[in-house]
Amino acid sequence: MNLEADLKSLFTEAPAGLAGLVLAGVGLADRYAVRPGPIGDVFVAFNDRGVTAVDLADSAEAFERRHVSIHGRPAVRVDDLPDRLARQVDTAIQEGRPGRLPVDLSDLTEFQQAVLRRAATIPKGEVRPYGWIAKEIGRPRAVRAVGSALAQNPVPVIIPCHRVVRSDGTLGKYSLGADENKRVLLQMEGIDVDGLTSLAARGVRFIGSDTTHIFCHPTCRNARRITDAHRVEFHSEADAEEAGYRACQVCRPAQAA
Amino acid sequence: MTADPLAARLAKDLDGAFPDVVRQMSNGLYSGALRMLGNARDAEEIAQDALVRAYRALQEYPEDRIRDLRLRGWLWTIAANLCRNRLRSRARRGERSLEGMDPSDDGSGPEGEALSGETRSELATLLLHLPWEVRTAIVLKHVVGLSYAEISEALDRPSGTVRSDVSRGLARLREALEEER
Repeated sequence: MNLEADLKSLFTEAPAGLAGLVLAGVGLADRYAVRPGPIGDVFVAFNDRGVTAVDLADSAEAFERRHVSIHGRPAVRVDDLPDRLARQVDTAIQEGRPGRLPVDLSDLTEFQQAVLRRAATIPKGEVRPYGWIAKEIGRPRAVRAVGSALAQNPVPVIIPCHRVVRSDGTLGKYSLGADENKRVLLQMEGIDVDGLTSLAARGVRFIGSDTTHIFCHPTCRNARRITDAHRVEFHSEADAEEAGYRACQVCRPAQAA
Repeated sequence: MTADPLAARLAKDLDGAFPDVVRQMSNGLYSGALRMLGNARDAEEIAQDALVRAYRALQEYPEDRIRDLRLRGWLWTIAANLCRNRLRSRARRGERSLEGMDPSDDGSGPEGEALSGETRSELATLLLHLPWEVRTAIVLKHVVGLSYAEISEALDRPSGTVRSDVSRGLARLREALEEER
């Protein structure tokens, strides 16, 4: 009998999750867990700074692969989010805006962060065109770049990139599963997507009221209050201004131009 | 001092190299703590805690100091302390040192191992009956596979003392195994 060899055989493998928990413990990995979402369960990843990713909970393997490639560090599955964070996440998902939930966008470029922070301010049930974001962040010509920043939004639903659409009224790309999910989410918020598209197809970009002489984006809560009798349609900001209308201060249709 | 290539990488890029430290050291830390304490959950917590503490310490160390580290010995100074503290707090709570232990709860060993599960679990139990000084020395030497120099660093005991602890431990285990036969 060889006692030394027998002792050596007492060497054993550490539990599979150990390495991940260590890396998450020192901030070299994010943690993630499943939460209910508006169109099915979602994976929600987070670290000490806030939420880093939201995605449809289909394949954990694919999610983890994507996470490493976007964030440069692994995501480690845990049983659930910490209680407080879970509550904040559920509220943010329900409201479709971050609210009090900390969101960590630090892996993104400053431009991407600016785009997403602006998109986060669009109210539920309203949409804005890509060009509006570009103007608002002071990069009026960067419309395409705005589009790709939104298409790569790591925290869809919480930052409501689904509320940014093309100025021709078509919906454009979406980062949570299929592009079609964008329509589903907008309809869940009460938006008449087909109505919006046909309005845009007629070239209508803004709606004004002939009593207030204020013009808005068509889905702005102020525009939706205008009755048919007082409703005026405009094809451009220039048209509206020429007619003596001024821009709504809530939806800021031309502020940054 | 012989340069450890992993320590050299850590010195240059702590965040980039640390995942490799975790990969290379987890099994040893876990096995060692498991055989010193006899409890899988304690072992898991200690291995995790030791690595997290190591990272935080490394964040504060200057590059030169990291480059000169003998990583395994150094990590085990942290882990051996944690094991000793765990043992003490268990004693304070009135648990006997072997209570709650389950030396066989890890099931699997390396492939092609010589021992049956029963014999391994018997040997694991015998280890837990050795005095602490002897147990730590023999576990680090023969289960984890540290050198005497590394063990001397980890346990802060002279190398000669560690050697004699290890041979005393082996002798005791042989005796105990003889008796049971």
